[in-house]
Amino acid sequence: MIKAEQKPLDEILTFLEPYNKILLVGCNACVAVCHAGGEKEVGLLASALRMVRKKSGQKLEILEDCSTRQCEPEFVDELREKRENVEAILSIACGVGVQTVAKRFPDIPVYPGVNTTFMGETEELGVWTERCQACGNCILHLTGGICPVARCAKQLFNGPCGGSSEGKCEIKTDVDCAWQLIYDRMKELGQLHKLEEFIPAKKWSLSRDGGPRKIEREDLKL
Amino acid sequence: MKAESNLEKILEKGLFALTAELGPPKGNDVGVVEKKANLLKGYVDAINVTDNQTAIVRMSSIAACSLLVRMGLEPVMQMVTRDRNRIAMQSDIFGASALGIKNMLCLTGDHQSFGNQIDSKNVHDLDSIQLIDCVRTVRDEKTILDGDDEVEGDIKIFIGAAANPFGDPFEFRVVRLAKKVAAGVDFIQTQCIYDMPRFKEWMKMVRDRGLHEKVHILAGVTPLKSGGMARYMAKNVSGITIPEGIIDRMVKAEKPAEEGIKLCVAQIQELRETEGVHGVHIMAIEWEHRVAEIAEMAGLLPRPTA
Repeated sequence: MIKAEQKPLDEILTFLEPYNKILLVGCNACVAVCHAGGEKEVGLLASALRMVRKKSGQKLEILEDCSTRQCEPEFVDELREKRENVEAILSIACGVGVQTVAKRFPDIPVYPGVNTTFMGETEELGVWTERCQACGNCILHLTGGICPVARCAKQLFNGPCGGSSEGKCEIKTDVDCAWQLIYDRMKELGQLHKLEEFIPAKKWSLSRDGGPRKIEREDLKL
Repeated sequence: MKAESNLEKILEKGLFALTAELGPPKGNDVGVVEKKANLLKGYVDAINVTDNQTAIVRMSSIAACSLLVRMGLEPVMQMVTRDRNRIAMQSDIFGASALGIKNMLCLTGDHQSFGNQIDSKNVHDLDSIQLIDCVRTVRDEKTILDGDDEVEGDIKIFIGAAANPFGDPFEFRVVRLAKKVAAGVDFIQTQCIYDMPRFKEWMKMVRDRGLHEKVHILAGVTPLKSGGMARYMAKNVSGITIPEGIIDRMVKAEKPAEEGIKLCVAQIQELRETEGVHGVHIMAIEWEHRVAEIAEMAGLLPRPTA
């Protein structure tokens, strides 16, 4: 799912300089899973902010909350009462959650407490890596279930560049070469012949390049 | 004939081709281009002009190529997919052809993290094989990519691409070449070769697929200037392997530069005898003044007139 990392404390403190009372709100979905913006992180960040501000002589009062899913307006609505008593909101949900809060409460400033980084997988405890770019036109059936759009530094569609060395990408020795992974897996599956097929120019119009995207499902509308 | 460039004519006649590389200046200094070009004039069949190589900002390849055309020289315009989308690339192909550029090399390009604009956004709208397909479409089908819009005029471009027999996975390298051939490439210039056994193994795979009869392969060489350079390239330049024996020879040499040239000449002679190799591409990095000497020693001068 969506991965995020907390912004440096100094940057957050700069946002909050003008305020004496804020609402710090997390999200119990993706960002809780990657330990960046869940209930636990709300508590930790609130304590840290209170401490620093107390030391500096400008006390900061913080109300805490954590949405079930901050990307859904009905859950964000539950913040309405707390919102009435503060001057600003600091959200440590992903960029989607921050925007849902901002849209729901147009008359109060909302600040992001995390940097939303990517859609990825938990490799091991404390390690997450990127897997999907939401390009809007999945090609995983052609590449053995490994995505070159998200995982190749040059987004190549027709095999590895000359910089693939001993399984690693030329940009960093700790980054796997996506095309080496694809090659190994297709070999394992006995499907190497599929990699001989030319993959033509991609329709980036289905990606963000075509403008902000929207999904409408008539069957689900009320 | 697809473009009637000098390079195409030489290769179509079955002559052993010789190309070299020119890196444009980090600014608008025309004198740098002229000086380097004059050092190569008459000694090579065509001159590759790099496109912001290693992601360092330089004078555009298309502009430097145009300067060469004005000087009566034949450029190979390198174009990387890193910096332009398909609109800009097709537009530049039209423009290059209008300026008298007849050869092009389709490349992916080094990642911007190696250069001096590390915070830039890379494009990669197309990959290098899709770019080959794009140039071939514009030239042979006379329409733009995936469109019915006709190309006004007649784009004549001899289409080149790179091949790196030293990257991994090794067995897939020949598949990459086959895909480039299927996409419409006319000639190939390889990454610089030091590991001759591996290159020959790759060439055998190329011949087994009959690809050497469908595309002209120019083997890449880079003369080493010093033991330090050999060590540096072996360690830091991705996709290049230099056998220990060569590094050792360079480190121990009394006159390393001369040793590097001797080595390069010997490599050229060996490559010339390799079935399916139709020429060599000398990438003498900031050593353009030694290219004539290498060509002379390798018995490649005078260059034939096509």
